[in-house]
Amino acid sequence: MGLRDSDADVRSRTKVEKSDRELVVTRSFDAPARILFEAWTKPELFMRWWAPKSMGMPLYSCEMDVRVGGKYRIEFGHDAANTWAFFGQYIEVIPNARIVWTNEEGEDGAVTTVTFEEVDGKTLLTFSELYPSKEAFEEGGGILPEQLDQLDELLASLTGDQ
Amino acid sequence: MVQFASACLDASFSALADATRRGILEQLGRAEASITDLADKFHMTLTGMKKHVSVLEKAGFVTTEKVGRVRTCKLGLRDLTAEAAWIENYRQLWDARFDELDKVVEELKLKERMDGPER
Repeated sequence: MGLRDSDADVRSRTKVEKSDRELVVTRSFDAPARILFEAWTKPELFMRWWAPKSMGMPLYSCEMDVRVGGKYRIEFGHDAANTWAFFGQYIEVIPNARIVWTNEEGEDGAVTTVTFEEVDGKTLLTFSELYPSKEAFEEGGGILPEQLDQLDELLASLTGDQ
Repeated sequence: MVQFASACLDASFSALADATRRGILEQLGRAEASITDLADKFHMTLTGMKKHVSVLEKAGFVTTEKVGRVRTCKLGLRDLTAEAAWIENYRQLWDARFDELDKVVEELKLKERMDGPER
């Protein structure tokens, strides 16, 4: 069925690459860079897509002052008493091309870079989170080797080659 | 904000925390099966089995394909390692996010077209 094909195409458009201390996500959008930049920098637009339903937690609030030295604060949660906040500041802002910000909610936070590369009216979006060290990445990202090993053992016992 | 991805890893663990779901994986490790087959085998309602399969599917352990009226389930990524599952979960989060972003982008494009070219 044609529908299934297009579903598969859409799904494969989002790519993730991981290295020792960085995660990079890319996807191409059928729109000029200025439109993507707008959707990333206006809180009322940003709030509409940053917390998809499947994430299981809605955005509670979002403030962003997108200019070099400006701050942002994003809170997830269902009510004011239980929120999970992310905050930091913008260290580089090039309209319609590039935004770089810090993540200051924990020690050794990542530096996030989003770039918009427009070619023939389409835009390649690259989102990268770079941690200061491998250890910071594992802790900040929750990719703890012991936990992964544990999960691997469990998987092997369930589905291993019998 | 990779922290949110750690919530995804938790999803992998909680998917496997349930004995029925572990049983489903074992079963699918032997052969593919339809939701109906699985529901019969585990003495469950179709709705109940659909829920379990959907949890396993979201965590990347199972894939399903609907042919006609039958939905067939099989093990997700054959050589699934926990890291591969983690990355797939993270990718799915971004995929969902970008699908929502696509909707906002389409709306902005439409608005731009209606407002006419920039002068």
